[in-house]
Amino acid sequence: MSQKKSGDFGTWLMHIFLGFNALIMLYPIIMMALSSFKTNNEIFSAPFALPKSFNLDNFAVIWNETDVPRYFLNSTIVTGISVFVLLVIGTMAAYAVSRYKFRGNIMVSLFFLSGLMLPLRLAIIPLFIQLKALGLVDNLIGLICIYTAMSLPATVFIMTGFLRSLPSELEDSARMDGASELRIMVQIMVPLITPAMVIAGIYNAVPIWNDFFFPLIFIQSPESRTIAQGLTSFFGEYSVNYGVLYAGLTMAALPIMVIFIIQSKRFIAGMTAGAIK
Amino acid sequence: MSTLTEENYKSASVRRKRLRQLWIAFLLFPAVTILATFVFLPMISAIWYSVYEWDGLVRGDFVGLANFAEVLFNPQSNKFLFNAFFNNVKVFVTLMIVQNGLALALALLLAREPKGYRFYQVVFFLPVILSTVIIGFQWKLFLNPIFGLVNTFLRMVELDSWALPWLGLPETALGSMLIVNAWHWVGFPTLVFLAAIHRIPKDLIEAARLDGASEWNIARDIIWPLMAPAVTIIVVLTFIGSFNWFEIPYIMGGLEGSPAYSTDMLGLLFYRTAFGSVSAGNSDFGTGSALAVLIFIFIFTFSTIATRYLTSREVELS
Repeated sequence: MSQKKSGDFGTWLMHIFLGFNALIMLYPIIMMALSSFKTNNEIFSAPFALPKSFNLDNFAVIWNETDVPRYFLNSTIVTGISVFVLLVIGTMAAYAVSRYKFRGNIMVSLFFLSGLMLPLRLAIIPLFIQLKALGLVDNLIGLICIYTAMSLPATVFIMTGFLRSLPSELEDSARMDGASELRIMVQIMVPLITPAMVIAGIYNAVPIWNDFFFPLIFIQSPESRTIAQGLTSFFGEYSVNYGVLYAGLTMAALPIMVIFIIQSKRFIAGMTAGAIK
Repeated sequence: MSTLTEENYKSASVRRKRLRQLWIAFLLFPAVTILATFVFLPMISAIWYSVYEWDGLVRGDFVGLANFAEVLFNPQSNKFLFNAFFNNVKVFVTLMIVQNGLALALALLLAREPKGYRFYQVVFFLPVILSTVIIGFQWKLFLNPIFGLVNTFLRMVELDSWALPWLGLPETALGSMLIVNAWHWVGFPTLVFLAAIHRIPKDLIEAARLDGASEWNIARDIIWPLMAPAVTIIVVLTFIGSFNWFEIPYIMGGLEGSPAYSTDMLGLLFYRTAFGSVSAGNSDFGTGSALAVLIFIFIFTFSTIATRYLTSREVELS
């Protein structure tokens, strides 16, 4: 009886604690979104109030007068191509390592695994010189190469785990029927691992979309900036127009937040994929 | 006649084997080439570059370990190194306590699957998916000393003396940034811990509860030891993240670790040394590379030791 009572009190305490934390997480994001509809005046005079009207003036300024739409396009191109390429070649490599016995298999696996431990940021100087020599500085292709390369070890790691878990019967019987290796891979095995490819895709797409460090060093011209990097120059230009600044942040946050809320289960599974065995 | 077919058969099998090897090589080639070119080659070059003198993009004479000596022992510049290093240590310790401690508490509560369990998971994870640039600027606006939401709120509840220029004082700037970082990332360790707790067999916890063990004892004696692998991963990731900390201080405090270098980090110092700045002078790829190699050796050594030690205390459920 006494236990039940203390359990009830504990349950209350738990809900207060969780609810308070949820409020702390959500409130700043809601305030950012609400402030994006306000004029400078409203932000100064009534910072916590609801906006007087949901007018889209601040968003119109961004759409018409800044390069932010261009930054969005660039980020979409860079993220899309990087993730596509790294899923294709990462899955190919993982397939070779996990489905075939060959001399040097362990060496190749170790090669990919050791890539997990190399922080590429610290090699930024040689990387800069190398990309300069290849003419890839201030070029979206340069970013695509970097993101693809640095995401490969984790992709191979995740995909190998899934591919190893598949039984070999399917493969063997197809091989007996005389199917080519290419056909076995593309028509039988790949359809079985598409859920894993979605997870690996999210795991890599979110940090690539959000990255700011590599564009900061490799991209100079405004027409090649990505959204995360572009926000910094946008903040310099509109530094006193707070409504527009909040609108810019909201616009940058919105697409990824919408996708996350629709696909939260996949996102959480994807982004924690590297840390959960 | 029979030997002929046998030979045919043999050569066909040899050909098939060759074809198989070619196929494997084809599968591996693009990934190996790209990883070698854009990750391994620059990593190795960084070591190579650190023993040369550099003039802009042009490599000069071999100087041995002079660049390392410059980084570590030149009193003009090493005060920045030690200051930044201790700031990184503060970052690691604070994040371990505030961010991961809170995450552990949240995970233990969520593991009991209370009402709204899915909602809490999504909400706690929401900031994690956003770019650090968005988070940094958003909180820079909130922390604005005059019209920012934080100080407006403090004045509203009559705590005027608390309405400080949080990012402008050396005493409060780093702490403010760390709270922002914890707000941004706390959902990640929370859900990693939660997944680990969920993998513990339910009957184990139920049996302990039936035997009259308190919730605290269950958490300490059953859940904590069995979630050790997740703790290992989070500690190591926090360590690496703390010593690579760059985006938040860069956006909220600037390249020089303002105010008064109280938010200076190894990452910022490396950037200034390599690409030039007011305090570090001209771009210097030699000392920059030496600093990068030192940071890498430090992170690599300590995360290996930590992984070894933490893994040794993990228990296996047979």
